Amino acid sequence: MFSRIVATGSSVPELEVGNDELAGLVDTSDEWIVTRTGMSRRHIATTDTTSSLAAAAARKALDAAGLSADDIDLIMVATVTPDNFTPTVSCQVQAALGNTAATCLDLWAGCSGFVYSLRVADSMIRAGGVHRALIIGAETLSRVVDWTDRNTCVLFGDGAGAVVLEASDEPGVLACVTRSDGSRGNVLRIPGLANSNPWAIKAASDADAIAPPPSVISMDGQEVFRFAVGAIQWSLEESARIAGIDISSIYRIIPHQANNRIIDAVASRMGIERDVFYTNLQRFGNTSAASIPLALDELNRAESIPVGAYLALVGFGGGLTWGGSVIRWAQTA
Amino acid sequence: MYDQLKSIIADQLGVEETQVTPEAKFVADLGADSLAMVEMVMAIEDKFGVRISQQEIKDLSSVGDALSLIKSRMGGAA
Repeated sequence: MFSRIVATGSSVPELEVGNDELAGLVDTSDEWIVTRTGMSRRHIATTDTTSSLAAAAARKALDAAGLSADDIDLIMVATVTPDNFTPTVSCQVQAALGNTAATCLDLWAGCSGFVYSLRVADSMIRAGGVHRALIIGAETLSRVVDWTDRNTCVLFGDGAGAVVLEASDEPGVLACVTRSDGSRGNVLRIPGLANSNPWAIKAASDADAIAPPPSVISMDGQEVFRFAVGAIQWSLEESARIAGIDISSIYRIIPHQANNRIIDAVASRMGIERDVFYTNLQRFGNTSAASIPLALDELNRAESIPVGAYLALVGFGGGLTWGGSVIRWAQTA
Repeated sequence: MYDQLKSIIADQLGVEETQVTPEAKFVADLGADSLAMVEMVMAIEDKFGVRISQQEIKDLSSVGDALSLIKSRMGGAA
């Protein structure tokens, strides 16, 4: 028993914000942003939520597959920006789709969330408990961006991507590997809520100690860059090794869309043609857990990926977390 | 070793080797930004088999700084 991707979908908010507009918010310029990131614009949510984007992406994937909502028995959403602590985004997607058959599960693994979710769903399908899963990466990062920090606010965008993964006798997912290093968690953070219950306040010797830290993204760009280059390299090598294929036979690598410079560095260090890496961060920015399925859907709709072609998906991000998957492309609707 | 270092720096930062002098400042003279500094250090680590910490990268100002750091890391042998 294997699992394979049979359809893709994506959704982004209507509003596009270009670099020039950001230059009106913080001290930056189009040239500065393009040189350091490769990004020109990103979609930003105004009325959309993580759940509404996730549900819209899921509907497109279901439509593409010719499936109805109740054909799905697992809904997974990878996100770091859920609309609520509870209900989960996946439960909200279920309600929006009118599905009653699925188990709904959110997964937090930073920008690696989609690859982590793929590993979980693939394992559940191979174990025989699940027949057909929706795996969604969805974010509204604009709500956790510090819009006064010019080093980070230019990097992120909102959006969602989804795939339908189903049980198959033919292999689709050939390998899926994941790793974590919690000891380096501080290099990329979005703090949660402080505990300000009456007893915590009483126990705090310094009132500032319990002042809620703002829930905004902070990161050490240099540290993340170095981590990312190594993480992508490991993920590609390890997933190709387990899949039993040579990296040179991969048709397209879809990396997490964090920064063009990271991808350039990996391509040059590993001796892989830059064009093998599919990037759309120029137009979408870094959408964290949504970036890989968003890029995969765009690629799938823009050109016909040859049936049987090998694709590699590579995620890396907060936690720290990272991972990669090699899939053999199946016929998609 | 200095010649190898010069060649890595020139290659990574996209400058002529003649611009790479011990006095040259990475940011002001050779046009490096923070990501280019990390990439250059990663290439130096690969070439010389040394490990340079994140704090040391932030403290690297000139080519001469890099040279003395690598020398000290390699046990003073140049």
